[in-house]
Order: sequence, then C-alpha cells, then structure tokens
Amino acid sequence: MVYWLFLAPLVAGLVAMLSPWRPAVAWLGATSALVVLVLGVGLAVRVEHSGPIGSGVLRVDALAAFLVIVIGAVSLLATVRSVSYLSNEVQAGHSTLRHAALYSTLVQGFIAAMVLAVVANNLGVLWVAIEATTVVTTFLVGHHRTPAALEASWKYIIICSVGIAVAFLGTTVLYLAGVHAHVANPLDFTSLAAHAALLNAPVVRLAFTLIVFGYGTKAGLVPLFSWLPDAHGQAPAPVSALMSGVLLSVALSAILRLRVIAVSTLGPTFPRVLLLAIGIATLVVAAVMLLAQRDLKRLLAYSSMEHMGIMTVAAGVGGPLALSGVLLHILGHGLVKGVLFLDAGEVLRLEGTTRIARLGGLLARRPALGAILAIGLAGLLGLPPFSIFVSELTMLRAEAGAGLWWVAAVVLGVLAIILAAILAHGRTMLLGPSEQSTRSPVSLVAPLGVALGAAVWFGLVAWPLAHLLSLAAGIVA
Amino acid sequence: MSAFANSLASAAVVVTVGAVVVLWRHRLRSIVAALSVQGVALAATAALLGIHEHDRGLLAVAGLVLLVKAAVVPGLLARVVAANPGARESDPLVNVPASLVVAGLLTLGAFVAARPIVALVGGPTGRLVPLGLATVLIGFFAMVARRRAMSQVVGLLLVDNGIALVAFLVTSGVPVIVEFGSTLDVLFGVVVLRVLLARLSAAGFSDLDQLRSLHD
Repeated sequence: MVYWLFLAPLVAGLVAMLSPWRPAVAWLGATSALVVLVLGVGLAVRVEHSGPIGSGVLRVDALAAFLVIVIGAVSLLATVRSVSYLSNEVQAGHSTLRHAALYSTLVQGFIAAMVLAVVANNLGVLWVAIEATTVVTTFLVGHHRTPAALEASWKYIIICSVGIAVAFLGTTVLYLAGVHAHVANPLDFTSLAAHAALLNAPVVRLAFTLIVFGYGTKAGLVPLFSWLPDAHGQAPAPVSALMSGVLLSVALSAILRLRVIAVSTLGPTFPRVLLLAIGIATLVVAAVMLLAQRDLKRLLAYSSMEHMGIMTVAAGVGGPLALSGVLLHILGHGLVKGVLFLDAGEVLRLEGTTRIARLGGLLARRPALGAILAIGLAGLLGLPPFSIFVSELTMLRAEAGAGLWWVAAVVLGVLAIILAAILAHGRTMLLGPSEQSTRSPVSLVAPLGVALGAAVWFGLVAWPLAHLLSLAAGIVA
Repeated sequence: MSAFANSLASAAVVVTVGAVVVLWRHRLRSIVAALSVQGVALAATAALLGIHEHDRGLLAVAGLVLLVKAAVVPGLLARVVAANPGARESDPLVNVPASLVVAGLLTLGAFVAARPIVALVGGPTGRLVPLGLATVLIGFFAMVARRRAMSQVVGLLLVDNGIALVAFLVTSGVPVIVEFGSTLDVLFGVVVLRVLLARLSAAGFSDLDQLRSLHD
C-alpha cells in the first residue's frame, strides 16, 4: 500500500510530460493529489488500527500518515487552482503549452518527493527525497522566466544546496556513530532510535547540529533563510502554496524525527538549547521583516518563517503536549497559508501588483478576494476559532508547563508585535473606498472556502484526527 | 606508513589543495581544471578504500565518481566557460593573498572541529577527515567571497567534494545506494544550475551584483 502512494503522481506526471498540455492534464494532476489524500486517510486508519506499516526503507507510522494527509490536502488545493492558473497563463500568452506541461510534470514530481521524504525510514532516502524537492522546485520558482524569477530561483538552489550538503554531512556523521555502536542498520530511524543510548555523544552532538542547520535551511530557519521570501514571492501562486504550506513542514518533520535520537543520546538539554536558540532567532527575524513589509507575497513568506520559528521553539521544549501542538499547527498553517498564497495569486493576476500600498480598497473592489484575505489573515494570526489558535495555545501551555515561562513570554511578545504588524498591513490592503466592485467566480471561492472551513473545523472539533495526532505526537515527543 | 596509508593521504591532500587552487587562480578555465583533478583524487580515495576493504560496491562508486565529478560535471562547466573564453573572476570581494590566509585559518579550524570524529575513527583514514572538512569550509568561503555566478557553483562543488571525502574516510562510504543517489543528485543539481547559468547570461547577468532586484 505504501508504494501505491507514488503511482498516481507518476502516472499524472508522465501524462503531463508526454501529451500536449490542455486543462484535462491539469485536472488529472488534481486527481492525483486527491488519490494521495485518500491513500493517506486509508493508511492512517490502518496505522491507528494495527500499528506501523512496512519496514526497512519505507515505513508509514502515525506521523508519516498524518503528514501524507497534510501533503495530500494542500496539494489538492494547489493543483485544483493550478487548472485555472495555467489556463489563464496560456490564454494570456504568459506561458507556452510546453511550459505549462513542464509545470504540470514538475508539480507531480514535487508531490511525490515530499511523500517520499515523509515515509522514508532511512536517513539516506530522506536526504535524497529532500534534495529532489530542491531540484524539482527550482524550475517551478523560475516558471515566469522574468529576471526577478531567475534571481529567486538562483538564490533558492544555491542556498538550499548548501543547506542540503550540510545535512548530508550530518547524516554521514550520524551514520558513523551508528556503525561504531554496531547498530544493525545505522541509517534506519527505527534502529538508530532503538540503540540511541549506545551512540557516541560528541559525534551525535556534531551530527545533530549539522542536520538542524542543514534541514533548517529547507525549513526556512535562521541563519540560511534569505532564499525564502524571494522564492515564495516569485513562484507561481499554487507552487508558493505548496512550498510554504507543506515543504517547509516536511523539512521540519525531518528535524523532529532526528531530535528524538539526539535526545536519547545526549539528554534533553543540548537539543533544547539549540532548537530554542534557532527558533527564537527565526521568530525575531520574521517579526522585524513583517513590520516593514511592503509586498503581500513576501509578507506571507515571512509569516511562514514566523510559524516555523514557533514550531521549532515548541519542538525544543519537547513532550507530547508540545508536539501535538506542533503537528496540529502544521495542518492549520498548511491550509491557511495555502489559501492565502492562492488568493494573493489571484490578486496579482487581477490587480497586476502585490504591493501592499497599491491594494487599498480591495474589500470594496473585489469583495470575495478581499474577504478570503481578511479571513485567512485572521486565521494566520491565531484568532479563534481557527485551529492555529488552538495549536498556538497548546504549544504555549506546554512551554509554561515545562517551567520555561520565559520562552512562553518571549513567543507571546513576538506574536503580539506580529499581530500589530499584520493587522496594520491588512487594514492598508483591505479597507478604503472603491468605485467599482467585481464578483469572483465560484470556481475560485469554493476551494479556498472549503480549505478555510477545514482549518476552522480542526480548531473546533479534533475529530477524526485526534487519535492519529496523539499517536503521531507520541512518536516525536 | 604503509603504501595504502601513503596513497590515501596523497589523494586526500590533492582534494584539499584543489580547493586552495580554486581560491588562488583567476581564470575560470584553470578553476574548472582544478575541480576535475579534485574529482580524480576523490575517485582514487574511494578506489583505494575499495581495494583495501575488498568492497566491490565501493569500487563501483569510485567509477561513478570518476565519471560524474572528474568528467561530466567539469565538462558541463567547461562548456559554459567556452561560451565566453578568457573569462576571469573579476575583482573578488576578498583578494587572493587574503583568501589564501583565510583558507589556512579554515584548515586549522577544520582540525579543531573534526576532533570528535578523528577520536572515534582513528587510524590512517580518521586522521585525514580534517582535510575533507577543510575542503568544505574553503568551499563555503569561495561561495561568499566571489561574485561570479559561476564561482558560486564552483564553491558549491567544493563543498560537495569535501563532504564526499569525509563520507569515504569515516565510513568507507555510506551504503552504496546512498552514494549513488547523492552523486546522481549532484549531477541533476549541476544540470539545473547550468540551465540557470545559460538563462542568466541570456538575460545579460554574469555578475551577482546585478542580481539585486529582490530585497525588502
């Protein structure tokens, strides 16, 4: 059943590559995302019922099943919107049929690489999968072929390649520790975790540091984050939705899994100090950049850094409560950020700009786009009843519960600054008069509305994910 | 020292010296040649370890490394250089003598940082790990101190070769399948970078200073 996950993206990707592009090809891509989502749900049910599936290189435990569901959900949203995105591009002459076909193929490769990264039980396979996401998305970031898009894709591949190289070094060093402790399969998460207490502590410390910096680059964490606002700002909207909504979290989940091994070998202090330092630094950088932001897409990109920072801090604190908050946050952030990037993409297409100062009166001019932006920003800021409210509260409770009051206070303080900043930017964009008012098509509003509805649903009622979430949090607590 | 230890040490030293040559030379053609020599030395390291440990998989990896890192990747870069012959690293941010001093300091730093690994591995292979780490650090430095887009690719490849050297030395290569995967990933990465380089020069950019349209 695990291998079936790759069949749909493979078929949809091949069809997109080999047949001339038409909307049906893009619809097939959306179907493939739906298949991934449905298989994710099926895997989750089986894992809840009878434990992890598969062993060796690919293995689906509760965490992997949960992440496959998140990948499937956000991919479904992004690929459904890709249909009209590509049709519009082709009709307006911004994109040739060949570019549209390349886009459709690469998006399927992107989805498959992310799924591989979360179901990999082998550090080497995980690394190859995350590196593959970089190679595949570089051309997606540069899809528009403008000088700015070119610059963004250049920075993206150079900086992320450095990060991924550092992660490979960390993986090698961890493998070395495993070999010297006579672990049977020194690249397997499960074997390493089972024998973590036997590993050489100074070597594991070095390995974990390298891995946090390496995969942290892909997760948008300090210090190698400068690619993120450029890439997320320049990529086509559905690609930004995927990159911001899930790819960052997929990279973070690699750190979450490796943290468990580091904690077993080194005790809680070193991983906690490292993750708290990086998480808080990321939060502060994001807050500063959000205050003075002038562009909507870059605002959303820095907000993703903010949320990665919040989750990294909570992961540093550790424990089942904190990690269940992190995982719920991955889902809530993925949905809301996906919606916001797709909305911003429509704003860019219709208004010709994403400059915050030039969007004044959006709510009056384009009520549906404006309302989705307003509701999405509210969800992003963690206002109730959105699930981000619940997950942030859970993480703060865990921080306070672990006796780390100062951490909770710092996070709350930075969140207050970000709240003020985004509210001010939101007012500039949304309010103000406008002479005409244009309706938006249902095909745009419906999928975004459903996704926002889901983000509220999981805030109010955890059903049917509650059990899966607690199982998954237990794995990385 | 045994012949094995001597040859292994020589190959590892060539990898690090190759990195220093990249900092030292201005002409892109010499820099690409240095990368190619580095690829040969890296393949030799893997082959020596493969022979020493009677590991056929490692010998296959050595062949792949020779093909990709000594021939294909430098070949791809050479074609970019051939498009504008005589291309030089114009006016690096840090001049050559200062760069060489920095490279020396980074090598010292690598010896310090690698101590836990050297202690764990020991023997003729463990002692050489700092050379791989030094190559990695010199590669990082080349990426931040150089302005040409091409030089950044070269810096990245230095980082990659340094890491491959460390991987061979500490574990005789992580499992063969992972080595294959990572080497092929490097190849894909370079192909992508080459396409981007072509698009950059088609758009009239060669110097990264010209890439300044995205900022806050």
